[in-house]
Amino acid sequence: MSERLVTRGFVGRRGLPERGNRTPPGQYLTTDFPVLSAGPTPHTPLDKWSLRVEGLVAQPVEWSWAQFNALPSREYVVDISCVTKWTKLDMRWHGVSVDTLLGAVDLDPKAAFVIAYCDGGYTTNLPISDVVNDQAFVAYGYDGAALAPEHGGPARLVVPGRYFWKSAKWIRGLRIVEKDVPGFWEGFGYHNRGDQWLEERYSGD
Amino acid sequence: MAGLAWEVATVAALRDETPHVKTLSLDVAGWSGHRPGQHVDIRLTAEDGYQAQRSYSIASAPSVESRIELTIERVAGGEVSPFLHDEVAVGDRFEVRGPIGGYFVWDGGSTDPLLLVAGGSGVVPLMAIVRHRAAVGSSAPCTLLFSSRTPADIIYGAELETLAARNDGLRVVHTLTREQPEGWTGYSRRIDAQMLQDVLGTASGSANVFVCGPTPLVEVAATSLVSLGLPSSRVRTERFGPSGG
Repeated sequence: MSERLVTRGFVGRRGLPERGNRTPPGQYLTTDFPVLSAGPTPHTPLDKWSLRVEGLVAQPVEWSWAQFNALPSREYVVDISCVTKWTKLDMRWHGVSVDTLLGAVDLDPKAAFVIAYCDGGYTTNLPISDVVNDQAFVAYGYDGAALAPEHGGPARLVVPGRYFWKSAKWIRGLRIVEKDVPGFWEGFGYHNRGDQWLEERYSGD
Repeated sequence: MAGLAWEVATVAALRDETPHVKTLSLDVAGWSGHRPGQHVDIRLTAEDGYQAQRSYSIASAPSVESRIELTIERVAGGEVSPFLHDEVAVGDRFEVRGPIGGYFVWDGGSTDPLLLVAGGSGVVPLMAIVRHRAAVGSSAPCTLLFSSRTPADIIYGAELETLAARNDGLRVVHTLTREQPEGWTGYSRRIDAQMLQDVLGTASGSANVFVCGPTPLVEVAATSLVSLGLPSSRVRTERFGPSGG
């Protein structure tokens, strides 16, 4: 809107100034860890669990739970922003860099996008350029413990530079594709890229 | 594609639902309509330009043009909901944009049984479905299983009673988890698998289920329903936590 509409009497509660530059536009800080998901939490037994990288690769790779846990991993301390408006600072995850996963395959030269797919049928789409160079990881630990099922355990994608719906819970694989395909929420009016610093919440933002 | 524009909403009416829950009726000139179950973003702006945004479910059925109702729980210590409860008066204006969300919706086209499972103010998007079902005269049998803490905390209690008394296939089942009135014969515990099995009856396979409430309730309800044989794809969930502000 060209003219700002001031709401009578609204003052608001400002964030702590030193944290201001870590809160993306339209977000507020929270200290708890809200849960959002579109359907029931899947409870896949770990002996039935695997993670695949497939699609435009010379040879698909699949890791069992034990093999996945044996991959190089590290702690990530990152800020997370959910499109429902909360931002949580300094979330402490443990996981495997997407670089490590993609490093295990030979990508086809046409490879441009990655579709994360999950137990329960959820999907989300990302350009490969958004998940490489340690911008994304598959987490199986949170705050020193195993990642809880309602938060996406046994393992979820985490992409701190995008709204949290891109951090697909209950991940089971990455499908490498040439052409972009909207994922679950991207098909329901949410923004295709979802950069929280540009406030890309909904289609057209 | 054009984005969702911010529209000016004018507060047309305020209604107390319970001691902690209030309904705001908003006139939104450019409102494009919504589907039952969807939500909106609201944006408040202070004199100095500071803004706060929140998402709230729409409580009203889509039948009323240019008017939406939001039912909002007062979150103690929150930034926005105490302002909406304590300061906002009829005629005040702020911005809204929406509708948002396209999965947790029921349009009234299906006659498959509906099971709505609500905890506290999680009933709000489900009430939009209940109201829409009544407004369009849907023949889909509908059960609302509604968990509240005390009798005084039951949101939309009188309206639900009126709607259920129409005998058009709506059944409302309350559970009161903390305090029950004298002579209460209904449920008095948190929603669990046995309770869901009781209310589901034989409708299980074909029911469309919508669950909304705090995370523990949603986890128990959705997991129980899947173990009772409902396909995951029929169980839609929406959650709110204590951080709604």
